[in-house]
Amino acid sequence: MVSRLFRLRVLALATLVSFAAFIGAACTPDHPQSTFDSMGPVAQRQEDLFVLIFIAALIVFLIVGGFLLFTVLKFRNRAGTPRQTHGNTRLEVILTIIPAIVLIIVAVPTISALFYIADPPSGEAVMDINVTGKQWFWNFEYPDAGVTTSNELHIPVGENIRATLRSDDVIHSFWIPKLAGKVDVIPTRANDMWFKADEVGVYWGQCAEFCGIAHAHMRFQVVVETQADFDAWVAKQAEPAAEPSSELAQRGHDLVTARGCIGCHTIDGIPGAVGTIGPNLTHVGSRTRIASGILERTPENVAAWLRDPQEAKPGNDMPNLNLSEDDISALVAYLDGLK
Amino acid sequence: MATIASALSRPTSLNGVWSWITTVDHKRIGILYGVTAFIFFLIGGLEAMLMRLQLARPEQSLVGPDEFNQLFTMHGTTMIFLAIMPLSAAFFNYLVPLMIGARDVAFPRLNAFSYWVFLAGGIMLNLSWLGGAPNSGWFGYAPLTSSAFSVGNGVDWWVLSLQVLGIASLASAFNFIVTILNMRAPGMSLFRMPVFIWMTLITAFLLIFAFPVITVALVELMFDRNFGTNFFVASAGGDPILWQHLFWIFGHPEVYILILPAMGIVSEILPTFSRKPLFGYPFIVFSGIVIGFMGWAVWSHHMFTVGLGPIANAAFTITTMAIAVPTGVKIFNWIGTMWGGSIQLKTPMLFAIGFLFLFIIGGLSGVMHSISPSDAQQQDTYFVVAHLHYVLFGGSIMGILGGIYYWFPKFSGRLMSEGLGKAHFWATFIGMNAAFFPMHFLGMDGMPRRIFTYESGMGWDLWNFVSSVGAIFLGISMLLFVYNAVRSWRKGELAGDDPWDARTLEWSMPSPPPIHNFDEIPIVRGRDAWWHQKRRRAVTAPVAGGSGESDGAHESIHLPSPSYMPLLAAIGISLAAYGVVLSYYLTAFGMFMTVASLYGWYMEPITASSEDEKH
Repeated sequence: MVSRLFRLRVLALATLVSFAAFIGAACTPDHPQSTFDSMGPVAQRQEDLFVLIFIAALIVFLIVGGFLLFTVLKFRNRAGTPRQTHGNTRLEVILTIIPAIVLIIVAVPTISALFYIADPPSGEAVMDINVTGKQWFWNFEYPDAGVTTSNELHIPVGENIRATLRSDDVIHSFWIPKLAGKVDVIPTRANDMWFKADEVGVYWGQCAEFCGIAHAHMRFQVVVETQADFDAWVAKQAEPAAEPSSELAQRGHDLVTARGCIGCHTIDGIPGAVGTIGPNLTHVGSRTRIASGILERTPENVAAWLRDPQEAKPGNDMPNLNLSEDDISALVAYLDGLK
Repeated sequence: MATIASALSRPTSLNGVWSWITTVDHKRIGILYGVTAFIFFLIGGLEAMLMRLQLARPEQSLVGPDEFNQLFTMHGTTMIFLAIMPLSAAFFNYLVPLMIGARDVAFPRLNAFSYWVFLAGGIMLNLSWLGGAPNSGWFGYAPLTSSAFSVGNGVDWWVLSLQVLGIASLASAFNFIVTILNMRAPGMSLFRMPVFIWMTLITAFLLIFAFPVITVALVELMFDRNFGTNFFVASAGGDPILWQHLFWIFGHPEVYILILPAMGIVSEILPTFSRKPLFGYPFIVFSGIVIGFMGWAVWSHHMFTVGLGPIANAAFTITTMAIAVPTGVKIFNWIGTMWGGSIQLKTPMLFAIGFLFLFIIGGLSGVMHSISPSDAQQQDTYFVVAHLHYVLFGGSIMGILGGIYYWFPKFSGRLMSEGLGKAHFWATFIGMNAAFFPMHFLGMDGMPRRIFTYESGMGWDLWNFVSSVGAIFLGISMLLFVYNAVRSWRKGELAGDDPWDARTLEWSMPSPPPIHNFDEIPIVRGRDAWWHQKRRRAVTAPVAGGSGESDGAHESIHLPSPSYMPLLAAIGISLAAYGVVLSYYLTAFGMFMTVASLYGWYMEPITASSEDEKH
C-alpha cells in the first residue's frame, strides 16, 4: 500500500515537472521565432486561442490520463475472476455527449478568430505589399511607392498591412511568427494575408513549406519602424543605385556588368541590370543581412559569399564565378556603397 | 500458355527455402510480412537517427541538404508504406483466419501475390538510393515534383514504387474483405467477431476506397514527368492544389489505415490481461465505423494554410473536431475494460497501456491542430512532427509491438522473455517521449519542419539535442526487442496453447497452429468464444467442419497447394515498373510476364494432387 502511494506521488510529481517544463519552454519570448511573444493583433488572437485550447486539452489530459493511471494501479493483480460486465449504455452516452459539448464550446471562439484573421478590419486604412516567394529568397514590392526590395521587409508601426502572396516557381509559405501565422505562397494563385505590428523592432520570418534544397536558408526580416523612418526609407529606396565613391568601388561597379552579375540581379541605374533570378541589389548596402537572412552583411561575409556562394547556402542558384581576391574586394567595396 | 503451367512442375515441398517462396499458407505469409516489414522499420529508423544526428546541434554538416531531403522523404515513405502498413498486414494475415475459425484466407495465392508485390515495391523504393533517392517529401507536393524542379529519377522511383505497393494493398484488402464476410465459422455473426477483425474489415474498406485516389494522382504525376502532360505544372496552367486535394483525400483515410489495426490489437490485449470482456463492444465497433466514414471528410485540415478561405477552413475545422468524439469513445471504453478487472501487467499489457497514454497525448494535440486559426502558427512546424509521432509511434507502433509480444507464443510456440520485454517497454516509452515531446517546444518556438540545419541563437539548441539523444536511445532500445525475439524464437520457454488465458479462438489451437489450423471448425455461440468454451464447455461444441472428418483424419483436409505463379506475377509487375525509367522494352516484357503468370495461375488447379491431375 505504501509503495502504491509512493508510486502515485512519483507519477504526480513527474507529471507536474513535465508540465512545468512545457509551460516554461512555451514562454520563451526572447527567442526570435517564438509564437508566445505576439507583437501584433493577428498573432495575439492566434496565441490567445492556442492558450485556451491548450488549457482545455491539459484539463482533459489530466482527467483522462489520471483516471487511466488510477485504474491500472487500483486493479493491478486483483485476485479472483472479475465480473464479466459488457458495458453500460447510459454511461457511454454521457461520455459521448460531454466531449461533444466541450468541442462545441471551443468551436465558438475558433470560428470567430477564423474570420478575424481572414481580412483586415473593415473601414481601417490598409497598406498593400506584394510578396513573391522564389527559390530561395523573397521579393517585396510596394505598389503605391513603386519600390522593390528583397529579404528585408520594412513596414510602419501600427498600420494594417495586406500582403498579396505569389510564387514564380514552387510552393513556399510566408510566416512571421511574432506577427501572424503562415499563409502558403502558391504559383497560379494570389493569396492574401494581413497583419499589423504594435511595436517598433526587427522580427524574423522563415519559409515554412518545403521548397527544395535551400529551404532551410529561406529566411527574411521584418523591420518595423515609425512612420517617419518608414517614409524616409521608402524615399531612399526609390532612388537609383548610389554612384561608386572610390576607385576600388568604381572597379566593382564595372565588374558587375563585366562578370555578368546583372544577368540575375537588378541594380537600378546600371544599364541592363534587370535580372530577376537573384535578389534586387539596388540598395543592398542598406540591409543588415545577406543571402535571405542567413549571413550578417559584413565585408568578410560578403567576400566569403562571392568566393563561394555554395558554401553558406548549398544549392542556391548563384554559381561560383571564380573571382580573384582583387575582384572580390572591389565588389565588396561597391556593394557596401549601395546604401 | 498452358505450357507455362506445365513447364514449371508444381512445387510440393513443405520445408526449406523454396517452400517459403512458393507458400500460400496465410501463417507463413504473415511471418514473411512481419519479418520483411520489421527490417524496413529498422531501415526507416536508421534514416531517422541520421537526421537526428544532423539536427543534434546547430549548423552541423554531417549530411548535406540534398541528402537530408532524401532522408526525410525516405523515412516518411518507408515508415508508412513499408513498415506500419505491412506490419499491420502481418497481423491480418496470421490472425484473421485463426480468429474467425477458417482454414485460410479466401484467396491464398492472391495473398502470396500481395506479399511478393509488396516486397518488390519496397526493394524498388530502396534501390533508388543508388542513383539519388526521392527528395520531395513523402507528400510529394507539386510543382516541386515536376521535372523542372526535381531532376534525376528519385521522384520517378517514388511514383513507381508507390504504384506497385498500391497493387499489393488493394489485392490484400479485397482478400480480407471476402475472407471476413464469407469465411467465418458457423455462429460467428458480425457482432460476435473479435474487435481486431472489425478493425481489419474497416481498414480493408478504407484501403480499397483510398488507394484508387492516390493511384490516379500518381498516374497524372508520372504522365507529367514522362510524357509532358501538365496536370500539376503551374507554369503551364496546371493546378498544384489539385495534387494536394487528391493526395490528402487519400492521405487522411491513410492515417486511419495506420491506426485502426493497432486499435484492434489493443482491443484484444486489454480484455485478456484485465480478464474481462471488452467494455462497450458495440460502441467500440460503431466508433470505428464512424471514424472510417468521417475520415473522408477532414482531408483539408492538412491544407489550412493553402488559402481555401474562411468558409472552407471553418467546415474542415468542425469536421476535424467532430472526429475526436468517436476517438474519445474508444479511449473511455478501453479504460472501462480495465475498470473492475484483474490487471496483469505482462509486457503486451504494458504496451497497450503505453498506447493509451501516448495516444491520448497525440489525440489532444490533434484537436489543437484542428483549431485552424491558431494552427496557422503550428502548421509545418515541429509541433506537427511531435503530434504525428505520438499518433504513429505512440499509437501504431506501440500497438503493433504489444501485438507481437501478445501473439508471439502463438506464432512460435515459445514465450518471449518477460524481463527483456519489460526493459524494452520502458526503454521505448522513455526514448519515445524524450525524442518526440521536446518537438512540441521546438514547434512553438517557430522551428519549421524539413530544414536540414538551423542557426544557433534561435533558442532551438537544447530541445534539439534532447530530442536527438532520445531518438538514439529509442533506436538502441529496438535492439533489445530484436535480441529478445531471436533468442526466444530459438530457445524461449514453451508457451502451450493458451499462455495468457485468453478469450478468442486462435488460443484454442496448438502453438504454432497446424497447417490446416482447425481440426474441426468450431461453432461459435457468443463473443469471446474460447473464454466461454474453457469455462462452460457447453457454450461452444466443436462439430464437424468443412470436410466432415473425425479426429485423426485431417490428412484429407482440402488445402491449396504452393505455387510459383504469385511470385512470377509480382516479378513481372516490378519489371514493368522498372522499365518506365530504364527502357520501355522492359515494361513490355514485364507486362507480358505478368499476363503469362496470371494465365498460368488461372490454369493451374488450386490443389495439385495426382487425383486432381486426372480430372
